[in-house]
Parts: sequence; structure tokens; C-alpha cells
Amino acid sequence: MSDARNQARAVLEGPDIHRALTRIAHEILERTKGAERVVLLGIPTRGATLAFRIAERISQFEGVKVPVGAIDITMYRDDLRLRPARPLGRTDLPPEGVDGRTVVLVDDVLFSGRTVRAALDALNDVGRPRAVQLATLVDRGHRELPIRADYVGKNLPTSKSEKVKVYLEEIDGRDAVLLIKGDDRPAAGEANGER
Amino acid sequence: MKRHLISAGDLTRDDALLVLDTAEELARVSERSIKKLPTLRGRTVVNLFYEDSTRTRISFEAAAKRLSADVINFSAKGSSVSKGESLKDTALTLEAMGADAVVIRHGASGAPHRLANWVRGSVVNAGDGTHEHPTQALLDAFSMRRRMGRIDGLKVSIVGDVLHSRVARSNVLLLHTLGAEVTLVAPPTLLPVSVDTWPCQISYDIDAVLPKSDVVMMLRVQLERMNAAYFPSAREYSRRYGLDRERFARLHDDAIVMHPGPMNRGMEISAEVADSPRSTIVEQVANGVTVRMAVLYLLLSGSEPAIGGDL
Repeated sequence: MSDARNQARAVLEGPDIHRALTRIAHEILERTKGAERVVLLGIPTRGATLAFRIAERISQFEGVKVPVGAIDITMYRDDLRLRPARPLGRTDLPPEGVDGRTVVLVDDVLFSGRTVRAALDALNDVGRPRAVQLATLVDRGHRELPIRADYVGKNLPTSKSEKVKVYLEEIDGRDAVLLIKGDDRPAAGEANGER
Repeated sequence: MKRHLISAGDLTRDDALLVLDTAEELARVSERSIKKLPTLRGRTVVNLFYEDSTRTRISFEAAAKRLSADVINFSAKGSSVSKGESLKDTALTLEAMGADAVVIRHGASGAPHRLANWVRGSVVNAGDGTHEHPTQALLDAFSMRRRMGRIDGLKVSIVGDVLHSRVARSNVLLLHTLGAEVTLVAPPTLLPVSVDTWPCQISYDIDAVLPKSDVVMMLRVQLERMNAAYFPSAREYSRRYGLDRERFARLHDDAIVMHPGPMNRGMEISAEVADSPRSTIVEQVANGVTVRMAVLYLLLSGSEPAIGGDL
């Protein structure tokens, strides 16, 4: 662990994350014509926190209150059987629901795309959105499915053995995105924002 | 490796809280229009019921189906069991069918434990003799936590036929693990011999216990097991241990009343109390499905279970 720490490099600091989210909020407003009938759904844990931050900015900029919530994807994962049974995250849909609305899924790191695929399946079971878009703080590449993000905080070229870890004030006490040099550890701790 | 749920005592505090928290999330699924989750697709759950129990079997069946597992119901009546097949041979048959979990209800205490030696999948005890019924205890704890906001420090009284009750034993073990203070209230004839080794207090006087209780759990008088004279008459029992309107009035304002069902209205609980808004009896049934989903999910969804005990 201490080894990995030593090789960690901050690629985004607090102000960078702040600016990236501000830009994403503006882009959502622009692309959805004032965030009309938009619902922001974050993927727990850190995606949900980011969704709330983006919603806050949208309401600051244009005074519109965007419904915001969280959608847990654990039960829809395609790798459930590869690891011990895991605890569920929180699903919290806004009372407006998702039917007929533009849902913007929010996640911290976009990597293989499998989490997003699971989120699309989960979404399918809670309603029928008019459209689904994807916002991510970091796109680190290496997609394994035909999935792309509509709003990206930072495109971060990585090698597959590297790890990206997102820290957020509300959860971790500080804002930062770290790139951790590969140590050939098996991928673990995805739910902790480590991808 | 932990893989079975045979006794409520198999669960550590963390295990039990994980089941309750998982159930809390799954309860939200039960509120939406599509109640099905794909999580256990391709897994097979066998309900092996040697005793009649409509409510528990249906509850397990609904739980497994909502998680997309394949469910095979096997009831002793009309099966090869009535032709004399032994539990072991039945187990080997299930094994050959590739059961990932066997939910067993059996009249003999210890049958699930035996079964667990013979099958590769997870065994879930759905009630064995007068021994245990761990998922009932979990759903009771879940119902309690939802109503009272906590379990730690709650004063819970369990009243009635403790001797024949698997619900009482599982509840005592689980509630003790979760930090509640349990008092058993029953006539001396309806308490098991070993009860002084259980982590709870004993009382013969319901009226002394009620005013101090946060939760009162009434047990069913198991008329089908009343082959000896445990009490003089039904009327006498009802007068001394039944929860009627007057006793109910002596509970403090936030206290709740529970019953695992099926009830003998007018015997251990009066109809008025059973139907009061402070009775959780109906929500206990709904919570049963959710809690059993949580148990099946935590036992079957991963490469290894997250809860349970070893043999």
C-alpha cells in the first residue's frame, strides 16, 4: 500500500475538479436547452455525490431545480459471481421519476463501460426515460463495450495497469484525482472509486 | 467458508446488520412497478417443505423469484417422501438437480444441519422442529428497526409458548447479538429446561413486564402441539398471558406489538390489539419477502457468501 502511495500522482486537485464540474453543468444546460425535464442520477458512491454537486451548480446558474438522485447498480453487475457477495448501495429516485425525461447518469470514472451498461439495465427497471446521457469526471479509456460519455471532466490517458482514484470532500475529506502507477495488483476496490 | 443459515446464532453482529441494511435497500425495489431483479439468474433455489407452512414457503418463493432464481417447490405431501424416501436420499436427488440453495422446513430439530452435510449448496433453515427459524428472527428485527429506529438497547418481551417456539429461540439469539434486552414471559410449563442458559431474562408475570417493554412479541399458542396439559384451559391461559385491551393500554405510547402469525385471535392476542396501528403483524409479512431476498442475495450472488455459518 505504501508503495502505491509513493507512486501516486495527483492529476486533478480541488480547483480543477471544481472547474470541471462547473463546465459540465454549463454543457448540460446548453445541450438540454436549460435542463428542461432533466434528471441527474449518480452511481453510488462518488457518482451520487458528483450528481448533487452538478445539480447545485445548475440551480446557481439558471435558477432551475433539477431533480437529482442515485441509482445503485450492484444487482445488475456482470461480475457479481467473480467476487464475494457485496453490500448494496443506495438507490434514491427523485419523486418526479424518470419516465419521459432526459436522464444524465453521473459517475466518477469511466473505464471499461461495464458499470454504465449495468446502470442502463437498472434504469430500464425503474422507468422509461426519453433519453439517457452520461457524465463522468474522468474518462480513462480502455472501453470494453460500445459506450461513450456525453460530458467529460477530464480525458486521462492511462495504461491498464494504472489505477485512478477519486477523492471527494463529502466522503474522503478532500478533493483530488490520483493516478496510481501499476503494481500489477488485481483490480479491486472499484466501489471505492478506484478504477 | 460460511455458507449456511441454520441458526440465528450463526450470524455475527456485522452479518446481521448487513442483512438488515441490504433488506432496507431491497424494500425500495418492492415499491416500484417492476419488482424483479436479474441478480440470481441461472441459480436454482429448492423449497423443501416437510411441514405445512403456506406463509413461509410463499415468502421464500416470492423472494427467490424477485431475484430471478429458478424455484423448485418440493413438499413432502404427494412426493416420494410419502413413499418413505429418507432425507438423505432426497438431498442426493436435489444435489443431482444442481440446487444452489435448499430452503428447508422440517418437523425434526436439526434436520437442516444434517442436510447441510449432504449438499454442496447453501442450506437455509426455514424452521426445524422446536429449534430455530432464523429468517423469522431477521424479519422481526427488521420490522422492529423500521418502527423503532434502532434495536440496540430496546427492551423486547417475548410472551407465550416458548417451549415449542423456534421463533423465540432464534429471536433471543439474534436480538442479543444486536444489543436488545430480551425478556421471555411464559408459564413455567411452557419454558424449555435449558432456558436459563439463553442470553435473556425470564418472567412469569406479564403485567410486571409490559410497562417496561418497547416491543411485545406474542407467540402463537401451538394448539397442534398441546398434547400434554401445559395450562389448565385456553381461557385461563388467555386471562394470564393474553394481550387484551387492558394490558395493551398499559404499554407505553411508542411500544409496538408483534406476532409471527398465524394468530389465534382471542387467545394470545385480542382482535382489537392485532388490528391496532401499533401492531406490526401485516408489515411483518411484507418484510418477510424483503429480508429473505437479502438472505438469498448475500448467500448466493457472489463467488462466496457474505453471511452465515459453517458446519
